[in-house]
Amino acid sequence: MGVGSGRLYAAVAAGGFRRYATYRAATAAGVFTNTVFGLILVYTYLALWDEKPQLGGYDQAQAVTFVWLGQALLAALAIGGGGFEDELMERIRTGDIAVDLYRPVDLQLWWLAADVGRALFQLLGRGVVPFAFGSLFFPVALPAEVSVWGAFLVAVVLAAVVSFALRYLVALSAFWLMDGMGVTQMAWLAGFFCSGMLLPLNVFPGALGEVVRMLPWSSLLQAPADVLLGEADPLGTFVFQAGWAVVLLAVGRLVQSAATRRVVVQGG
Amino acid sequence: MAETAHEGGRTEPPRRVAEGLRAYRLIAAMWIRSTMAYRTSFALTTFGNFAATALDFVAILLMFSRVDALGGWPLAEVAFLYGVSGVCFGLADLAIGSMERLGRRVRDGTLDTLLVRPAPVLAQVAADRFALRRLGRVAQGVLVLGYALTVVDVDWTAAKLLLMPVMLLSGAGIFCAVFVAAAAFQFVAQDASEVSNAFTYGGTTMLQYPPTVFALDLVSGVTFVMPLAFVNWLPASYVLDRPYPLGLPQWVAFAPPLVAVACCALAGLAWRAGLRTYRSTGS
Repeated sequence: MGVGSGRLYAAVAAGGFRRYATYRAATAAGVFTNTVFGLILVYTYLALWDEKPQLGGYDQAQAVTFVWLGQALLAALAIGGGGFEDELMERIRTGDIAVDLYRPVDLQLWWLAADVGRALFQLLGRGVVPFAFGSLFFPVALPAEVSVWGAFLVAVVLAAVVSFALRYLVALSAFWLMDGMGVTQMAWLAGFFCSGMLLPLNVFPGALGEVVRMLPWSSLLQAPADVLLGEADPLGTFVFQAGWAVVLLAVGRLVQSAATRRVVVQGG
Repeated sequence: MAETAHEGGRTEPPRRVAEGLRAYRLIAAMWIRSTMAYRTSFALTTFGNFAATALDFVAILLMFSRVDALGGWPLAEVAFLYGVSGVCFGLADLAIGSMERLGRRVRDGTLDTLLVRPAPVLAQVAADRFALRRLGRVAQGVLVLGYALTVVDVDWTAAKLLLMPVMLLSGAGIFCAVFVAAAAFQFVAQDASEVSNAFTYGGTTMLQYPPTVFALDLVSGVTFVMPLAFVNWLPASYVLDRPYPLGLPQWVAFAPPLVAVACCALAGLAWRAGLRTYRSTGS
């Protein structure tokens, strides 16, 4: 990849950022909703950790931090979906994808760049305020060292790439299924259940906990949270996340080439 | 424009209500027929609806795999709260949940089409894209409530038995009022329509947990400001012989029907005010 294409993808990412930044009222509404849900969840977690201190190896402050982290990262990492995939599916369904495939750019990198731009905006626009609210009004466990925060940000970036790679596969299913509603819904369920959004994965009982911690979705919320809370070795976490990112992106490429070889484009 | 739509039934309120219900029935029936053209898709989306809702209960089950009580309430009683909240919200969502989409119609101006039709706008918006797949949510609530009723320890009396259907219907009424008020808000909110999720989905999520879990300010808020506590917390406290939140007197357990009627009346006023501010889109 030359300097020129690097600039191209940077421009696409900037476009993704600007596109989401346009809807200010929607962003404010999202911040409000995330804060309300955080408020409800945080009390249920407080009750849970009241009942059993040190549940899953977290103390109460760490559990509270986990809740607000979840609300802060929900939109940025598109854990419940809602990034680019609906649009890409629609382009596949209508046949517009043919135009995209003719462009002298890489389809996967194009959408990755746009999604990174979106994620960055939603991290700043939708994530910071609920997290600040939570840290202000509830007892949280935040690290004092800058290096931990740095490691946390690296984990968030890797999480965004894994999230993209998963949703890219979801979107490509439209080449075969046309209507992606069912797949989107299943991806949403898996994302919520296996990322720690529903409940921290270290609270899951026995073998179920061990299985979900090995799945790619645990890279999304659980991994950055454990790095920030000092519960996981950052380097090991990065390797785990990067491993899933590489595998899933590679599978995405394989599926993409299979799809473009066999599929007859709709419309025309 | 809004005025012409009103004139059709301004004469007498009872006739207007009957007219609205008839329009609602016709539109909903049309959407059901259209849904049934794709039966497999209907079955899959209904199951998806069921599974998505069940996720909340899975979270509660996972919690109870590690503890015996939450806020002093055992699993059977939390399941009771969850079941009642789920059925009430599910019924409201099935009946008028499509009103969520009003914001889109306001933004793109397609609400105009509904205003010129000779039927009450509220009925048309409520039945718009009526989604039978939402039965999945109701079914999930019914299942959990059924489970709760078999395991919960209650000395059933005539009053408690009578309170059960009253609780479910009033709760559905209260959630319907929330949906209508949220839709009225969308006339002014436009892009900010996601705010209503905090009250609809946020409300039902909160009611799935015992009131003892939450801070007193929050409980006061959902009792006196937005009276969601009357959906299940207060009547369930009577059925389960639990102390009443905020030290309220016992009679509040029987107030849900009155609260539901009052909420619906207020939501109706909010709807009228909202509809009056509608100015369509430019050019």
